[in-house]
Amino acid sequence: MLEVKDLTVEVGGKELLKDVNLKVEKGYTNIILGPNGAGKTALLMTLMGFSGYKIVSGQILFKGEDITHMSIDERATRGIGIMTQRPPNMTGVKLKNLLKLIAGDKDMEQMAESLDMIRFMERDINVGFSGGEIKRSELLQLAAQSPCIYLFDEPESGVDLMSIDIIGSTINDLVHGDSTCPGDRKGHGKSALIITHTGKILDYIEADRAYVLCNGTIMCEGNPREMLQEIKENGYEECITCKLKKA
Amino acid sequence: MQTEESLKKRAKAALRKEAAYGEKFDLDEYSIAPKETKYTDNLNELDEKSQRTLLNVGVVPSGEGRGGSLVMVDNAISHSSVSDREIELMPLHFAMQKHDWLKDYSWNLVPVDADKYTATSYLENANGYFIRAPEGVKTKLPIQTCLLMGSKDVSQTVHNIVIVEENARLDVITGCSTSSDVDKAMHLGISEMYVKKGGTLNFTMIHNWAEQIGVRPRTVIHLEEGATFINNYVTLKAVKSIQSYPTARLTGKGAFARFNTIAVAHPGSELDLGSRVIFDAPDTKAELVSRTITTGGTVIARGEMIGNAVQSKGHLECHGLVLNSKGTQRAIPILEANVDDIELTHEAAVGRIAREQVEYLMARGLSEEEAVGMIVRGFLDVGISGIPDELQKDIDETIAQIGKSAM
Repeated sequence: MLEVKDLTVEVGGKELLKDVNLKVEKGYTNIILGPNGAGKTALLMTLMGFSGYKIVSGQILFKGEDITHMSIDERATRGIGIMTQRPPNMTGVKLKNLLKLIAGDKDMEQMAESLDMIRFMERDINVGFSGGEIKRSELLQLAAQSPCIYLFDEPESGVDLMSIDIIGSTINDLVHGDSTCPGDRKGHGKSALIITHTGKILDYIEADRAYVLCNGTIMCEGNPREMLQEIKENGYEECITCKLKKA
Repeated sequence: MQTEESLKKRAKAALRKEAAYGEKFDLDEYSIAPKETKYTDNLNELDEKSQRTLLNVGVVPSGEGRGGSLVMVDNAISHSSVSDREIELMPLHFAMQKHDWLKDYSWNLVPVDADKYTATSYLENANGYFIRAPEGVKTKLPIQTCLLMGSKDVSQTVHNIVIVEENARLDVITGCSTSSDVDKAMHLGISEMYVKKGGTLNFTMIHNWAEQIGVRPRTVIHLEEGATFINNYVTLKAVKSIQSYPTARLTGKGAFARFNTIAVAHPGSELDLGSRVIFDAPDTKAELVSRTITTGGTVIARGEMIGNAVQSKGHLECHGLVLNSKGTQRAIPILEANVDDIELTHEAAVGRIAREQVEYLMARGLSEEEAVGMIVRGFLDVGISGIPDELQKDIDETIAQIGKSAM
């Protein structure tokens, strides 16, 4: 579904990602772990094509097509959907109007209800929203978009305990649908790449592979739960040592 | 007491007096607009093109959903009818004959010698509309008026008086436009509005001029205790120059004024648009909101609040978008407090559309053009009610074109 090859990215002249390689296969949910400032957000923003993230070298392939230099909307219409950490205040743009535009003929009423977003329909997107409200509004928009791959940047951050349940389970519904058994998930066909700092999201969604990003480079990959456990015990230092050992 | 003679003398002395702001026009280049025109009993009988001209400035030819209609072409009244019998709507000249007391309201708020435009309008004995909501009468449907330029190379002079008596409520929609074959002309418009104790005046003005038209409105609103004045001003089409600075005087305790200005300056247009509120009584409030866009023209967004009475509160908001490097936005907020217990604030911001907003929408699958259009539409939406569908469609089309010009 998505393949990143030797990706090196600069922001404001500073190299934030160096020779990054990763894959998300059809039906896979992969996570990216890593300390603050590792370049996790830069990676997701680059995959979506946001300005300011300059690709110095490398390639991004989506469903076999080279999208490295495509515009954001071209990527979106091909099936990439993103939930960023801090979306901008969209003064004057009402949630209802944008949703209608994204959803087309799809009826979003039920989804809006289950995300408790009905009362936000007439509001300007993100203006005066709390952390949890922003995430719920993003999920509602993503549901309307129904992409082939979901990019989530720390979906659990800045969210109160009440909201995290609804956000976590909605993400699981969107990505995995009704299927609960790991083998069947792939049949649903949706992929996801999730940045998580705390791993909290794994309480809600099963992941297939974890990548650890440190200093702009993928240090290692492996089983999500095992790696998370190891990081919890030994911190990210272990990853760096591990990488050095491998080298 | 100003007599006709003293007014005439002052006006004559001011005939060469330039206005404080805006491009200087030589009125000698324009002949006086015709004072006679064909009277139309029924606006529905106008040809399709004229009906569209009216619709595009919010004036509904069938009169449906409106309490009355008055149309002025050049310097002559071409239609006047009223279905809401409780409201007075008639040509000002007719009203002056009918009501002897009206002379006290005429040229009372706007000085005849403010500049050469007011002086000329006075000396031309400008006609216009007179609208009055009697005490306690609340209109259910808005009154609509249209000031149309029908001839080339002329100056149209208009004088309007609006009176909302105590505890009355009046909604007015005024559209100003030009016939399609008129490119160059001047519009001078004097408006004096009185909102008495507890009254409400909701005034919406839509301008739809042409590329070589000069526009010089002169408006003053007088508000008494507990009175409310809401002004919506919309100008989205090309014009040569508009310079206006309507002033609301809050003279009674608890009076409230709000000015919403929505404007687009196209290449070659200069829009010098201000609004001024003078707080002359305690507990008065005002909000001045200006949302302007330039696609290559010049916008000067002025806003001024002068606080002369305690416990008054005013907020001024000027937001301007610059969609390409040919355009200019200048925001000039002025706050003046002459007493201590008062709160006057402003926020002004000019610049381009935030890139991250455009990209946010693009990440949802909208093209860049659609994204800009959506942001512009939201930027200009300050919630004006009573806009007919046709005008809304025209506004949407204009916004779509604006979106393209930002590419």
